[in-house]
This record gives sequence, C-alpha cells and structure tokens, in this order.
Amino acid sequence: MSTIEFDNATKVYDDGTVAIENLSFEVEEGTTTVLVGPSGCGKTTTMKLVNRLEDPTEGTVYFEGEDIETLDSIELRRSIGYVIQEIGLFDHMSVAENVATVPELKGWDAEDIDDRVDELLELMDLPPAEYRDQYPTELSGGQRQRVGVARALAADPDVLLMDEPFGALDPITRENLQDEFLDIQERIDTTILFVTHSIDEALKMGDKIAIFDVGELVRYDTPANILEDPGSEFVADFIGADRTLKQLQVTQVRDVMHRDVPATYDHLVEAVTNGSATGTDGALVPVEPSDSTQTALSRIIQAGAEAIPVVQDGRVVGIATEEAIREDTSDRRQSHEVA
Amino acid sequence: MGFLTNLQDAWTFLQANLDQFVTLLTEHLTLVLVSEVLAILVAVPLGIVATRNDRAKAYILGAGNVAQTIPTLAVIALVFPLLGIGFLPALVGLFAYAVLPILTNTITGLEDVSEDTVEAARGMGMTDSEILRKIKLPLSLPVIFAGIRTSVVLNVGTAYLAFFIGGGGLGVWVIGGINLFQMEKVLAGAIPGALLAITMDSLFALVERKLGGEAGVNQQATTG
Repeated sequence: MSTIEFDNATKVYDDGTVAIENLSFEVEEGTTTVLVGPSGCGKTTTMKLVNRLEDPTEGTVYFEGEDIETLDSIELRRSIGYVIQEIGLFDHMSVAENVATVPELKGWDAEDIDDRVDELLELMDLPPAEYRDQYPTELSGGQRQRVGVARALAADPDVLLMDEPFGALDPITRENLQDEFLDIQERIDTTILFVTHSIDEALKMGDKIAIFDVGELVRYDTPANILEDPGSEFVADFIGADRTLKQLQVTQVRDVMHRDVPATYDHLVEAVTNGSATGTDGALVPVEPSDSTQTALSRIIQAGAEAIPVVQDGRVVGIATEEAIREDTSDRRQSHEVA
Repeated sequence: MGFLTNLQDAWTFLQANLDQFVTLLTEHLTLVLVSEVLAILVAVPLGIVATRNDRAKAYILGAGNVAQTIPTLAVIALVFPLLGIGFLPALVGLFAYAVLPILTNTITGLEDVSEDTVEAARGMGMTDSEILRKIKLPLSLPVIFAGIRTSVVLNVGTAYLAFFIGGGGLGVWVIGGINLFQMEKVLAGAIPGALLAITMDSLFALVERKLGGEAGVNQQATTG
C-alpha cells in the first residue's frame, strides 16, 4: 500500500507562482523517497503538502488512503516527523525538552517520555548523561542536526519528512551523518520523504528518486535505473558527466563479488585470516558486502592489487575483482545503449 | 558654599525628616511599581495582538508613539482635567508613559523569533496558541524584559512630576525645594531617586542576563 499518494496535485501561490503542476506519484510504505531538483523546482512545496503546511490548489493528496484535507491538520502533523535544514531547534529548551516536544503535545506519561528521550539520544550517538541537559546553542552543527532527527523520530511517526536535513553541514560531517542515518533508517522502518538539491545525496539515500524540473516530476525510479538510463537530457545533465562513477557508488560489492574464491586469490584470503590485512600502508583492506564498488575499486587501486577480499563478521565470504567491477559497469552501459 | 556642604546639608535634612522621607519614598515606589505592573499587563497582550494583525499593529504602535511624544509634564497635565488631582491621576499618567517601551519590545521580540523555528513548531503539530506559549513568548522574553527595564528606569524619573497633580512622591521635596531655594531639600529628594533608578537598572540587567544566558538566546536586546 502506498502511504502517500499525490493525485494531480497543483499548487499555485497567492502571488501567482506555480510551484507544482499536475503532480502524480506514490510513495511506497517503508521506503526512502528522495525529491531532488534545482532550487525553485517545487520539491519543498511537494513535501509541505504532506504535513499540510501547504494545501494543494487543485488535486488531492492521500495519506494512508484518505484525502489529506479531511484529516485534522494538527493530529496529522503530530503523526509525521519533520526535520528542516535550519533544524529549527528550540533554543530556550534543553536537548531533552526539544526531543520530548511531540510526545508532550500528545500527552504521554512523563516516565515514558524520559525513556523515549534516552533511547533516541542513544540511537543518535548523543549519550543522554552528557547531552540531555545541554542547550542547542552549546552544540556543534552536526550535533544539532542529530537532535533534530531525534526530535522528529520521538513519537514514532509513520512518516518522516526531511527537508535538506544535512544541507547546512560541512562535507565531512554531512557524509558521516548520511552514513549513520542509512543505518538508522534500516532499524526504524519508517516511510521517509527526503528533499535535497544534491543528486549525490539523492543517489546515496534514496530507494526511489523523484527528479523535479521546474514544477514537474520528470523521472521517478530507483537510483540504479536512473543511472543506467537517464531517459532525458535534463536528467542526464543533472546527474553530470561522472555517471559511471556514480554507478559505482550505488552498486554494492555483493552484486559483483565471486562467492567461490578462485584458487589464484587464496593468498588474499590467507592475508585476512592471519590478520595482515588490517589497513596499514600498502596493505589491502577488505570490504564488506554492503560497501560500494567505488570503495572496493579505490582500495584495489590504492594497494596495487587486482582483487579485494569481501569480509562479513570476520569471515571471508567472497572476492571482488577489478575485472568483475569493470564488466558490471560496462554491461549496464551496453544494455542501455542496445536498448 | 561648595557642593560637599550641600550634600552634608541634604544628609542632615534627610535625617531630620526621616519619617516624611519614608512616606514620600513609599509613595514614589508605589506609583512606579503599580503603574509598571499595569503597563506590563496591558502592553504584553497588546503586543501579542499587534503581531497577529498588521492593521491592529499600526493603530497600537501609533497610539503608543503619540503617548510617548507628548512631553511627560503634558501627560500629567492632560490627565488633570479628566481625573482631577491625587494618586489615581498620577498613576494613569505614569501608566500611559510606561506602556510604549514594553509594547515596542514585545512586538520586536515576537517578530524576531526565527521563521524556521516557528515553522518547525507548526510542522510538529503545535496549535497557534501552543506556538505562542511554548515557543514565541519564552524566546522573546529577554527582549520583552529589556523593554520593562527601560520603562521602569524612565518611570522612576517621570514619577517626580506626580507632585504637580498631588500624586506625592519624592517630587514633593525636589520641586518644593526648588520653589523655596532649599538646595538641601532638592538634593535629599533627587539623590535617592537617582540611586533608585540605578539600582533598578542594575537589578533588571542582572535578571535580564540570567534570562538570556539560561535560554542561550543570542538575541540583541533592543532597549528603546
């Protein structure tokens, strides 16, 4: 079942600006859907239709099968988590009070709220003993954003809306938070609608990507499909010239690795088993099945090797060769060119 | 006759008339505090109304500005034909004068709360009144408080004029002393008032810093 459905939604602002026109698509339950496009393309407006910060001028938005305009907007918003770029933390409240906002509004018991706050701070890697009583202005940008995410998750929402949540962070913090969030996302099983202007972030975070041009949806598909076949010049331009590299980013090692290790690579397996492949200079650091082929390839090149062992829970589960990675990428390209 | 001699005379005068001094000081303080509390009770809600409606804001700020432009003495004089003489008219005059700083700071404070914060609150499902109570008012408290501080300090000075319509207060000694060329009486009335204003100011500054520091709000206090 789709959690959110846009049916011919059009939003025209009072000043006549058309933000989105005849938008139709469905967000599947439990997935992360990323809305991406240049500024002013209507992606944020689309997201605000979901928690009714905006209502469509024409068309309908369905939330769990019901016309969203028949739902009480306050109740609706309390069941949807919301993270915005500027975070919007309440500076006069402690970290714990910020996280407790929606549970408080919903009238939870004080004890339940306390437990939930600790649980979430733990989840966001902010030890409660240290951070509960701090104020937002005492935190770094990355920590503030973590509190913002914890606050949005507090009342266990069915849907999480994230409007450029990592946009204001420096590149390193952003990447760390993205990785952590991917982890968290697997554990919370929430439908996520994520807005960004960065195609890299979209490819990294999304199960599905909705690419917007001014006011309209031009492509709605999985990252792999979009990279294989952009389908239009606009999408190809938006992805950029390094499409192949991006393809490496979204392909996981598990998709290209040989599960039966050829005898020629026995020495690599041995190196892992006797512990010499631990990451010191020149040594080949094994990858995990969930790592990207980009990581694998870069480690192969760095160590001057031809292949890299794939390790899961300390055990070698396969081997990824440079050749296999190359073939996988060119296969995908050819299959599209032939088609 | 040097200034020091004057001070000594004033001290002697004060000690000789301590009972009267206490009465006048009490009157002065009562005028200031009562009019101030009334001004807060009126100005803060008015400020809230003003931020909700642009037309109301124009009227409210207009009225407040007019009240402030009229010279203090004229406010007192204007109240006289309406309410006669005594404590109440003096109170009304002081009240009218104390409202504006609080009103403007309430409006500025509420309007300075960042749009993002308000939108986050709305997006999380707060009603308008919850946004006001839980977000906007607490965040603008340091600015509102700065307005109250300005207003109180002004008020301590303005209250000297209450004498002209029989409102009592330290003005009785200052203006009476001027009329009679009794310098010790003028100073015995003026110096405690100055000290009172300075004390109030420091006290409020302390609370203000605590408010601002506690909330970690880096808003610039606009002291009108």
